[in-house]
Amino acid sequence: MTEATVGVGIGADQLDTTDMVLNIGPQHPSTHGVLRLRLVLDGERIITAEPIIGYMHRGAEKLFEVRDYRQILVLANRHDWLSAFANELGVVLAVERMLGMEVPERAVWARTLLAELNRVLSHLMFLGSYPLELGAITPIFHAFRDREEIQAVMEEISGGRMHFMFNRVGGLKEDLPAGWLGRARAAVAGVRGRVPVLRDLVHGNEIFRARTKGVGVLSRETVHAYGVSGPIARASGVDFDLRRDEPYLAYGELTDVLRVVTREEGDCLARFSCLIDQVEVSLDLADACLDRLETLPPGPINLRLPKVLKAPEGHTYAWTENPLGVNGYYLVSRGEKTPWRLKLRSASFNNVQVLSELLPGTLVADMVAILGSMFFVVGDIDK
Amino acid sequence: MSQRLAELAATTDLAADPVGFASDPWWLILFKAVLVFAFCVVMTLFAIWWERKVVAWMQMRIGPKHVGPQGLLQSLADGVKLAFKEDIIVKAADKPVYILAPVVSMVPAFMAFAVIPMGGQVSMFGHQTHLQLTDLPVGVLYILATASVGIYGIVLAGWSSGSTYPLLGSLRSTAQMISYEVAMGLSFAGVFLYSGSMSTSTIVGQQGDTWFAVLLPVSFIIYIVAMVGETNRAPFDLPEAEGELVGGFHTEYSSLKFALFFLAEYVNMVVVSSLATTLFLGGYRAPWPITAVWDGANSGWWTLLWYFLKVQLFLFLFIWLRGTLPRLRYDQFMRLGWKVLIPTSLVWLMLIATVRAMKNEGYDYRGIVLGIAGAIIAILVLSVVWDMFRGTDDEEEKAKAAQPPPGAPGAAEPFDPMAGGFPVPPLPGQELPPVPRRAVRRAEPVGAMVGNGNGTGSADDESATDATDKEV
Repeated sequence: MTEATVGVGIGADQLDTTDMVLNIGPQHPSTHGVLRLRLVLDGERIITAEPIIGYMHRGAEKLFEVRDYRQILVLANRHDWLSAFANELGVVLAVERMLGMEVPERAVWARTLLAELNRVLSHLMFLGSYPLELGAITPIFHAFRDREEIQAVMEEISGGRMHFMFNRVGGLKEDLPAGWLGRARAAVAGVRGRVPVLRDLVHGNEIFRARTKGVGVLSRETVHAYGVSGPIARASGVDFDLRRDEPYLAYGELTDVLRVVTREEGDCLARFSCLIDQVEVSLDLADACLDRLETLPPGPINLRLPKVLKAPEGHTYAWTENPLGVNGYYLVSRGEKTPWRLKLRSASFNNVQVLSELLPGTLVADMVAILGSMFFVVGDIDK
Repeated sequence: MSQRLAELAATTDLAADPVGFASDPWWLILFKAVLVFAFCVVMTLFAIWWERKVVAWMQMRIGPKHVGPQGLLQSLADGVKLAFKEDIIVKAADKPVYILAPVVSMVPAFMAFAVIPMGGQVSMFGHQTHLQLTDLPVGVLYILATASVGIYGIVLAGWSSGSTYPLLGSLRSTAQMISYEVAMGLSFAGVFLYSGSMSTSTIVGQQGDTWFAVLLPVSFIIYIVAMVGETNRAPFDLPEAEGELVGGFHTEYSSLKFALFFLAEYVNMVVVSSLATTLFLGGYRAPWPITAVWDGANSGWWTLLWYFLKVQLFLFLFIWLRGTLPRLRYDQFMRLGWKVLIPTSLVWLMLIATVRAMKNEGYDYRGIVLGIAGAIIAILVLSVVWDMFRGTDDEEEKAKAAQPPPGAPGAAEPFDPMAGGFPVPPLPGQELPPVPRRAVRRAEPVGAMVGNGNGTGSADDESATDATDKEV
């Protein structure tokens, strides 16, 4: 605190406003997790912003090194707890590639289907929580109703609601239950039918648009500089989607269904509408996968593995388009049953780094809008 | 004017005031005061329950249902629990102010209720009396004054907490108070001009034929907006703004002090709703279709029912808004206050004054009304047209335009991944130049070095056309 004595002829130098340091988090309703932002404020305007991360660092990469490839999946699906299936996928893809393993066709299509359902789950979470941060308390319940429907089918096959643990090296854990495809199709149809509700309730709301339009504009150059990926990058006009640009799983055969959603504005509204559109694309993809799964002849859904699973010596990098962005695993093996190194490139880690560029100059209220539109999971930042 | 007033009073049954407020014995006044206090507290408990129920229905939930019938006693249970919580006074707090602030916030909310007419003339313990504690000739001004004092509670709470979030909350509250009291006062002025009185009971009496909501729609709408802003309710709940300021001004409060803020907020809601009912919806008078078929609707204790229903209508509006809308940004909220509400109410006030003056001069009433209605309709049409034109450059169109047409510029030129200074993948229609691959130096075990084996693999170096990378 500086003291100012007000008298006749006082100069501006003595009535300067003092900057206030505001710590957003580690416990704050808008950071949903333990992200901490150190803001320097002048009034309500942010002068500098610094994301301070690591409150949830669990040493995932180091833990990978002392577990065999089956056990790694349990850890690997945890960093982004909203997209467990997609996280498992990267690990099994890397290991399978190292082993030169050919995965049964049904497993490939089922994985694609589950990855897309997982994407819908993750997106719906943010479609609900973002308006909540802006003060609208209702949309999250609509989003969660839709989530619940998809979660029910995911739970039916895997037994899990968050950490599905359904991937295995060489395929999936078990075959799909009888009649599941029909129930999955009903769930997809139900969610698709209710996406317009979210659209009307949130996206079309005047106040919501006023809060998000033109706020937190992320330029294409910044996206490239910080390695931002996923819907956030695409909302800034970066037309990059691994599902199309480097197809894995069955995405190579889904090019007619897969539409890469992009926006040019790069503001919060663009990010939000990217997410909504991606939900619809993912539902289309899920339907296409269901169609294909129904026509596939019966066959195995996984491969028998040796008791001790050792990846041969070498290294590979498997990256997948996770719901939040590019998720990569760099696997280095010395031929042992544990990896020598498994580097994790998580999407949120890169995505939140741009906050220090986006936030300065905005208001505290905008900070919430921008923070929410960066669609991060703290576990995915801190690993 | 006074002649007209007398005429009006004569035509309406209840405004003819056979029993004055002065005729109440002291014990009846005391009893009514306790009654008003009890009414406020019970309404608070009821409003919390109702809000939770309505919002729950809007969100496909059930809401409280365990304590009491249909969960009616849930808010009472919460209140009792809150009172027994540990009372924390933060170290940095300015203690006297910190303790005083919730009281400052709560007391005026109750005080404002003294002049609200909750019903007509009834018989109470053999005395003819009004369902209104007292009637001041400047009753509405009195309410305005108490409401302003109440906001001091919020401002002081934020300031005395000695913490960042409450401070921001109280700053916002100050600004909010300044900008919305003006609009609120201007909307009252319209009513004053029309009714020629500031006394709440007279204003109710004047609405025997037509509600002021019909006569003064603009004042009514402006008051509705201002009252939501005045009570810090969503979408104008900036001083508390959970997502931004955690709890705003009451972040550092706990236990009974927090409960007092809560109580003050809900009592304030009831007060402003009552005021809206009194000034614009005819107060405790029964609405038109009922009075047409039932003469006794405007007499005795029935009036309390109409008052109650109308207040509930406004409370429902509050709840509805909260369940539907996101919060406005601080500067947008200020802009709404200063650039929309205040100018509009000034113009509207001029209009009312003009109409009144012309009427006093003996101009034809119908001509005036038609002219003004025409002007308003013209403005409305203009705004609708403006909206339609603005709607065409909506975002969907832009999204369509954002999709690059096939064969867009860039397809013809060779693709340079490093053009922007950073390696980027090709856009649709562009192709990467062939990547020179290092020759395999030795026979490798199957599977090793698959993938993008140049070994420098950071994510951005990966080449997107590497066919060997494709899975399955």
